[in-house]
Amino acid sequence: MIGAGIVGNSMAYHLARQGWRDIVLIDKGALPNPGGSTGHASNFIFTTDHSKEMTAFTLDSVRQYKDLGVFTQSGGIEVARTPERMEEFKRRLASAHAWGIEAELISPARIKELVPYIEESILLGGFYTPGVGVVDSLRAGTLMREAAVEMGALTVSAMTETTGIDVVDGRVTAVRTDRGDIQTETVVIACGIWSPRIARMAGASIPLTPAVHQMISVGPVPAFADTVGEITFPIVRDMDTNMYERQHGGDLEVGSYAHRAILMSPDEIPSIAESAQSPTELPFTDDDFDVQMEQALELVPEILRDERVGVRYAINGLLSLTPDGMPILGETPEVRGLWSVAAVWIKEAPGIARTVAEWMTHGTPDIDPHSSDIARFYDHHRVAAHIDARSAEGFNKTYGIVHPMEQWNSNRNVRLSPINTRQRELGAVFFEAAGWERPFWYGTNESLLAEYGERVMPRAAEWESRWWSPIINAEHLAMRDRVGMVDLAAFAIFDATGPGATEYLQGLVVNQVDVKVGRVIYTPLLNAAGGIVADLTIIRLGRDHYRVVTGGGMGMRDKKWFIDHLPADGSVQVHDLTSALYTIGVWGPRARDLVQSVTSADLSNAAFPFGTARTVDISGVRTLMSRISYVGELGWEIYAPMEQGLKLWDVLWAAGQPLGVVAVGIGVYAVTGRLEKGYRAHGNELELDFNLVEAGMARPSVKDADFVGKAAYLVQRASAPAAILCTLTIDDPTSASGVRRYMLGREPITTPDGGFLVNSRGRRSYATSAGSAPSIGKHVLMSYLPPEYAIEGTKLAVEYFGERYPVTVAIVGSRPIFDPENTRIRA
Amino acid sequence: MNILVCVKRVPETGGRVTLSADAREIDTRYLGFTVSPHEECATEEAVRLVEANGGSSTVLTLGPEAAADQLRAAMAIGIDRAILLETDGQDWDPVATAAAIVDAIRAEAAAGVQYDLLLFGNEAADSGDFQVGIRVAIALGLPCINGVKSLEIKDGVATARREAGGGWEVFQVPLPAIVAVREGINLPRYPSVPGRLRAKKKEIERSVPVARQAGAAGPEKIRLSLPAESEGRAEILGTGADAAPAVVDLLERIGVLA
Amino acid sequence: MILTFVEQAAGRPDRSSLEALTFARRLAAAQGVPLGAVLFGPAAEVAAAVLGAYGVVEAHLVEPAGLDAYAPAVWGRSVAQLVGASPPTVVLAAGTDRGQEVLAYAAAMLDAPMAANCIDVRPGEPFEVTRQRWGGSLLEKARLDGPVRLLTVAEHVTQPEEAAVPTTVSISRFTPTLSEADLRVRVIGRVAPEPGKVSLADARVVVGGGRGVGGAEAFSELEELAGLLHGAVGVSRVVTSAGWRPHSQQVGQTGTRIAPDIYIACGISGAIQHIVGCKAAKAILVINTDREAPIMSRAAYAVIGDLHTVVPAVSAEIRRRQAL
Repeated sequence: MIGAGIVGNSMAYHLARQGWRDIVLIDKGALPNPGGSTGHASNFIFTTDHSKEMTAFTLDSVRQYKDLGVFTQSGGIEVARTPERMEEFKRRLASAHAWGIEAELISPARIKELVPYIEESILLGGFYTPGVGVVDSLRAGTLMREAAVEMGALTVSAMTETTGIDVVDGRVTAVRTDRGDIQTETVVIACGIWSPRIARMAGASIPLTPAVHQMISVGPVPAFADTVGEITFPIVRDMDTNMYERQHGGDLEVGSYAHRAILMSPDEIPSIAESAQSPTELPFTDDDFDVQMEQALELVPEILRDERVGVRYAINGLLSLTPDGMPILGETPEVRGLWSVAAVWIKEAPGIARTVAEWMTHGTPDIDPHSSDIARFYDHHRVAAHIDARSAEGFNKTYGIVHPMEQWNSNRNVRLSPINTRQRELGAVFFEAAGWERPFWYGTNESLLAEYGERVMPRAAEWESRWWSPIINAEHLAMRDRVGMVDLAAFAIFDATGPGATEYLQGLVVNQVDVKVGRVIYTPLLNAAGGIVADLTIIRLGRDHYRVVTGGGMGMRDKKWFIDHLPADGSVQVHDLTSALYTIGVWGPRARDLVQSVTSADLSNAAFPFGTARTVDISGVRTLMSRISYVGELGWEIYAPMEQGLKLWDVLWAAGQPLGVVAVGIGVYAVTGRLEKGYRAHGNELELDFNLVEAGMARPSVKDADFVGKAAYLVQRASAPAAILCTLTIDDPTSASGVRRYMLGREPITTPDGGFLVNSRGRRSYATSAGSAPSIGKHVLMSYLPPEYAIEGTKLAVEYFGERYPVTVAIVGSRPIFDPENTRIRA
Repeated sequence: MNILVCVKRVPETGGRVTLSADAREIDTRYLGFTVSPHEECATEEAVRLVEANGGSSTVLTLGPEAAADQLRAAMAIGIDRAILLETDGQDWDPVATAAAIVDAIRAEAAAGVQYDLLLFGNEAADSGDFQVGIRVAIALGLPCINGVKSLEIKDGVATARREAGGGWEVFQVPLPAIVAVREGINLPRYPSVPGRLRAKKKEIERSVPVARQAGAAGPEKIRLSLPAESEGRAEILGTGADAAPAVVDLLERIGVLA
Repeated sequence: MILTFVEQAAGRPDRSSLEALTFARRLAAAQGVPLGAVLFGPAAEVAAAVLGAYGVVEAHLVEPAGLDAYAPAVWGRSVAQLVGASPPTVVLAAGTDRGQEVLAYAAAMLDAPMAANCIDVRPGEPFEVTRQRWGGSLLEKARLDGPVRLLTVAEHVTQPEEAAVPTTVSISRFTPTLSEADLRVRVIGRVAPEPGKVSLADARVVVGGGRGVGGAEAFSELEELAGLLHGAVGVSRVVTSAGWRPHSQQVGQTGTRIAPDIYIACGISGAIQHIVGCKAAKAILVINTDREAPIMSRAAYAVIGDLHTVVPAVSAEIRRRQAL
């Protein structure tokens, strides 16, 4: 274990609890504060995050801090200066309700009651969370470290600097330090801002950057003179100025995420010797804080205008930022046995440590860490230009109002489809996924709006029309009426080959892969506890040759899962073809007519039935066609060499003109088309938190071959599900003010009178996905409901921006709401 | 009364000092800057004296443009004016520094500004020359008291005390006078937020000092080095209260237990 | 001639002055010049008499008319005039408050350069001195030039050492010519140390307290132990900045330099500003909950534990043994 901040100490403790022994915790600094970000953290914990994963880590951490006796509950108020923020608070309240956190919206007068020194006249209201508090993170770390020592599991060696990590055959073998070498097969990097430097010693990459967070502490504050202990008044987060103000004994700490992003290279961090205070407490650059000082004066004038109250401490504190704002957890894809637990803040550290310790021990963490998995990164994510650009852009969003579909501005056009020029000609509006620029809709399809009129379900409210266009729904309807072509360049594709391939895949995935050559298999993958790890398609191309096709977003993570499970005897190889193969989807009632017009191969249903794949030459391009669909239409995914992608597109596009072909964006492919068909998506419906029975994906029988998670899966099949995934339709989207509102996902599902639905495993019901179903003219949601509510026709409600909208349980299980018999797909 | 405080911008060192590649300076890439603790106290003393007796306070420094930060820090706690004798950042030796300060004080006098009290730190935190205040005093013909940890001004007389041999020595001089203070004379205040904002907006009066050509000079810095450290591991006598007998054994052994 | 300003009390030269004399004698030998001394105050003659052991051949006893008390400008003027009378090339003093002050006055009056807190000097033209900066956490090599060169010798660096062959001291008296201005600054009163109180600078035992002590009230435990050992309490800068203890107890660059037989550092992390004040201690015993605290690398001995448990236990053990 390298690094004795809150993360390293928590990790040592949780690994010890998981039964690990002979753990050595080293840090180049002295204890209890070795000089990392833990030492200067403001140590407060706000619990509600729109991310379910981060909230779960945080709530678990709070429980642990409470158990350690280092948590002081103070309550916390996020305050609004703008109407937009007040709206955001309603959304925040929905997230709190979805994740089971007690919170309420309060008036300026109530804020003043709770925080008497605040200037409430500039505020519109607040989001109050009584359970917010502060922790003593150094003490927590010490207690956990001591507990691990007590268990006989841990040796601590401070002032011990890591000088190298030995790797043999892709696996860690030793850590070298200035005080001797340590032989080990497992190394955990819990080095915060130093993590990239340490990982590089082993040839691995942890893409984070140190960044400055400015903080000042003023005191003595007369208003705090009679208070006892560290904190009495609720912590205030001044969201619209990206600042916080919190009592710390007799002082008030004012911190900011509003100043310009000040990034450092990990190689520039001063050594302990070079630093005046600590390597993560750099000299305050007060020019950067000027504007914040004025803003803080507005909010807490009683304290800050007081001439007797002095600025006692001011630092540029270093913390870790990542290009996507999430932590970096898990075994590095580059080096076996080398684990990263980095870019973790105080509020989530013990929860993350428990999760990673479980993950390291038996591979089945309780909380699903997929959004934080280090394996999510592609190489283009690991370069400094990307890390710096995105971290800088993300920094000022720390307290931002971030739309769920919000796109990054920086470092775009990193991965382009071979038909990028065509996409631009068609007026594509690009959204990014895993670096790929994907058209979410095509501007030239605006002409379809007139054709479909009100059926495109236009949106009047600004929030849900942001990052959205009615053209998406028009493309959807045109595809259902005629035929659409979808650019699928972002697929991650890898082949598994070798004499052991069938046995290997049989042991890895849930569904039968020992099928006839040319069959296409859709299958989930489970972990040993029966949690859902991934879902993807596999095409059997030969006796010992399978092609795995999965989404770009989770592609590298899925690839690591495949590689991790390779047999040791070398009988199977996995080859990444992501950058070699290009994919076009052609779907719709006229799809066969379109493709048939440019090939001599027989594409009839009899010759080329659903669920099969074969090689087809299309006007001089040798392709692999796979007859499946994620949008519920007749058609194919057509694979061709990347460099022939443009030619293939042009041929098909030309052939489609007489048929009224439309270019269809990802807005249809990933949302509307999928939802109408009840297709589940990883990260939405499919997570470790849910099982196949709950998801309605349990097949009538289970294959004989053993596979990862089979035992757990059999138990799940034999038990009643705690929740069942359902499709719900909005009965009336009209708000109190008469505007039609359309949910975007993650909203709590309630009874008609607002009671939260909690299943027998303590999980609340929320919308795992939401979107238009233009074919049926309704807005639909998916949600796991407790069995007593999972009855078709049941009337429920969904909470959205502080109002409840009536919904009906339309479908229980996986039956599609559109074309329930799948006649279109099988046409 | 009119008070001038002379301060020097120095790096805010912490754990351990490291040197620049040419070993002429401290490596300040990661360091902030401040003034010596003695001078912080001198500044505080000036503010308190003006608060108690009325008048005006001025802070002066000889240093690079960036030393404006230290002047603003002084103004943030209540100093009224600031004078920067701007150098190119090279160290000036104590003889030259004193001469430049003397020139500045004479220029002030020529402009009609007379100081009743000139405050210095007893010695600069970095160079530790122990002489600038005295050289200024000799040049201006003023009395100078060093090492002062208690100062009273009454009826044009300064009564100062300094520590000596566990007790105190008392001095008394008529104003105008120079007093070089030590940390401990007061507990300096921290700047308030309004104070900082006010200081941001204040003018800094700048001039370029002329280096003295004749007479003494030096010491002239050649290079810096770090003293050799003998770092060892301590012998652990025990843990908690159980270690008490071992501790007392040790005290007996080295003969400090009567 | 090398002239050394020797401080004395009741006829005994101060230890720091003996260090400076030892330093000066080596320089004199290297330059092949005689070693002189200048002394002030009552009983100076008694002190001068013993300086032969340190190689002094000539001692000047300064007797300013009608002035017994310490007066830095007068003493500085005297040194300056002695230099003028029989030009020595070098004037030395100990790096004490008075040593720095008197030499600075002399240097200013002579318009000569002065290098403070030297630990080494390489004679030559010019001198190359090594001097302490930052309280000794940094060393500077510097050139010292001019017809007269003044330097003070850093305390606690040179061990006082008698000359291999003692010399005979010839004593002369010197009466400086003073102006009114020289007489303005002088000690007009003294406040004696509290009876029985051990001065921090001279204590053989110092019990130190840092941030880990936790508050103003908690120092009674350290006071008790210091009392039992006839020592003094010293504190870190954090403690005085927080107002827990008076600055007079601060050990460090801007506080007092201590040189006890043992320094018992309780709850002190070991910031550099503190270390330079206590590094002359013969031994450091650390009492700290954390065996990895930075000060540990400076310590000869350590007890791992909470000072609030350990310190009272040590006091109790001392009392128990004293009762036997």
